[in-house]
Parts: sequence; C-alpha cells; structure tokens
Amino acid sequence: MIALLIRDLRLAVRAGGGFGMGLSFYLLIAVLVPLGVGPDPAVLARIAPGILWVGALLSCLLSLDRLFALDFEDGSLDLLATAPIPLEGVVLVKAVAHWIVTGVPLVLAAPLLGVLLNLGAQGYVWLVVSLALGTPALSMIGAFGAALTVGVRRGGLLLGLLVLPMYLPTLIFGAEVVKRAAAGLAVATPLALLSGITAAALALLPFAAAAALRINLR
Amino acid sequence: MTLTVTDLCIARAGVPVLQGLSFGVAPGQALVLRGPNGIGKTTLLRTIAGLQPPLSGYILVDDQAVAYAGHADGIKSTLTVGENLGFWAQVFGTNKVADAVSGFNLAALVSRPAAQLSAGQKRRLGLARLLVSGRAIWALDEPTVSLDSAAVQMFAHAIAAHLAKGGSALIATHVDLGLQAATLDLTPYRAKATAGFGAFDGGLE
Repeated sequence: MIALLIRDLRLAVRAGGGFGMGLSFYLLIAVLVPLGVGPDPAVLARIAPGILWVGALLSCLLSLDRLFALDFEDGSLDLLATAPIPLEGVVLVKAVAHWIVTGVPLVLAAPLLGVLLNLGAQGYVWLVVSLALGTPALSMIGAFGAALTVGVRRGGLLLGLLVLPMYLPTLIFGAEVVKRAAAGLAVATPLALLSGITAAALALLPFAAAAALRINLR
Repeated sequence: MTLTVTDLCIARAGVPVLQGLSFGVAPGQALVLRGPNGIGKTTLLRTIAGLQPPLSGYILVDDQAVAYAGHADGIKSTLTVGENLGFWAQVFGTNKVADAVSGFNLAALVSRPAAQLSAGQKRRLGLARLLVSGRAIWALDEPTVSLDSAAVQMFAHAIAAHLAKGGSALIATHVDLGLQAATLDLTPYRAKATAGFGAFDGGLE
C-alpha cells in the first residue's frame, strides 16, 4: 500500500497540474473576491472565513474526477482489484494521496490568503487547524463520489452534484470554527463536530467506495 | 493449484452470454479459449479473475492465485518501464523484476518513460507484469495483440517456462502459440437467447 502511495504521489508530481491546479484556483478565488466585493476591511473580515473555506472546498473538487478515472481507463484499476491488497485499502491510500497533493498545499497557503481577505488576527491559527482537520474529509468524501462515477464518461458534473451536498457539513462547521475564532469566541463545539465528520468519513467511506468500485468494474 | 469450473453461467451487462460451461485446468497445463467475437471470452476471464460474479455455477480456485491481463495493460505512461514493474512487484510482494525484464527483452528500455514505448513494447511490458506477479494461474485476454512474430515467440517461451514450473494458463487467443495445449471452443455454450432465462432479472442484479 505504501508502494501505491508513492506511485500516486510520483504520478502527481510528474504529470504537473496535480499540485498546482487546486492551489492556483484557491489563490485566484482569494485574490478575485476582494476585487469584486470592494476594499472595505470590515466587509472583507466578515466574509473571510466563509470565502476561505468555500475556496478550499472548490479547489479540492477540481481534481477529484481524475482520482479513479485515469486508473480505470488504462486498466490499472482491474489489476489493483485483483492484486493482494484490499480494495478498501486502495481507496484509502488514493484518498490520502489526493489529500497530500491537494489538501496540504491548501492548508499551508490559507494563512497567506487570509491576509488578502483581512481575516481577524485570532482567526489564523484556527483557520489552519480547521482546514487541517476538515480537508481529509473532503478528499475521502470525494473519493467516494469518484468511485461512484468511475465508469461514467465526463462524469465531472455528476461527481460535483453528488459530492457537494456531502461536503456541506464539513463546510458549515469548518467555516464556523474560523468565524468564531476571528470573533474571539470559543471554538470547541464546531471543531469537535468537524473532527467527528472527518473521523466518520475516514472510518466508513473506504468500504462504501470499494463497494461502488466493485460494482463499476463488472 | 487447479482451476475447476462447474456448470458456469456468466453475463455481460446483465445479458447471459455463456451457460453450462465446465472445464478444469491442472498445474502445468494451458487451455486455449476460442470462439467468435462477442461469445464471452473476456467476460469468462474477468469472472475467473474475480472481477465480476457468475450468474450461477462454481469456480473453484484460490482468488489470490489468478493473474489477469486484459486488453488494457495498466501502464502509467509518466513512469519508466522499471518503475512500472517495480510498483507491481511491491504490490504483489515479489522481487522478480529482473526475471521479467530479461524474459521479455526489456533491458534496453528499463529507464525509458512508458509514454515513449511503441504499442508492441507496451504489450511486452504488460505481459512482463505477469512474471512479476508470481501467480500460478494466468488469465490472458488476447495477449498477442500488437506483438511482432519475435515477441510472440518470446511470449510462447515465457508461457512454456511458466507451465514447466507448475503454473497454468487460460488464454483467449486466435494465434497459434505452438503450445501443447487443449483448446476449448466456446461456441456450443452460447446462452440461449430466450427471455425466459433470466434475461430481464439478470439486468437488475
């Protein structure tokens, strides 16, 4: 399974795009929103938590449709399904690889983009913490969606429609953490709920995604 | 490791294609599958590899013993030949990359990105993966497509060596590989195209 992780990371680096695309999309959102909304610092500070989280979510969504589709098209997925590693493990490893390639750069870039959006000073630490806890759920839920749509040609739209509703709890609680932190309030409740969603997604969805893949491989 | 198939009925996209199929492949034996296009050769091989369930009947085999090679080779074009083989060696927990490289004459290509290979060279890389997997039963779907005559010889040689070591192979091919192998024509087992036999129910399963 470590071999699979290394292979996926290597493919992401070699193919270009993988690392850069989500991150540059995130950057674009964070740069364009202040230009569109206007320079009023109070308004920007109010919308910053929401924008930073919506941006992270959409950036995650961008590269999801390739998660299994590439392996499906070139036959690797058939071979992985007959290999001695469990398909649940394959799904989990591919979600982890997606998180390392997409989620981690977003987490690291978020504080920088917070400056552009005039995020409240107390918000920065919790912005990083909430994204670090929330983005693994985005990758895992996305992997489930990608497994459901793997046989569909140009399934990107369908994938987005399927995955976005499942992303909502993560978005709501994640943005709530940052909002409360920026306003100087306690963050324990939304943070616990956010972590709970991530834990549940990581525990349950590999099995659901593997079942979906088995059906799609028939 | 014997492969035994008893009274098997299989379906493609919910429509039964083969029924009443029974055969066995003992260690050291190969079985060549023949039949017209669409008879269900690929479906049979995918079913035996465990990628889809049969409609009815039994396949007695250790599912960790079958190595499947389909139409697509599962090659990552941005990785080199050596990296592709090394990955599968790690997945299957073997260290037979060197055997596979020499068996399919890939030594000159090891550090070349797979994207630069010709169709025949890709096919050889895909078949070399079988040697890397170290599995006893090979389920091969049209393995000689886009191979030249020298490469077909190389492949026949690899199969013969595999059989000599007690492995077995199930090959859907129209090319004569010069093997001492039994041939199974699938035409008599074509599923009756009657609505009565699960044609509709099969689609819902």
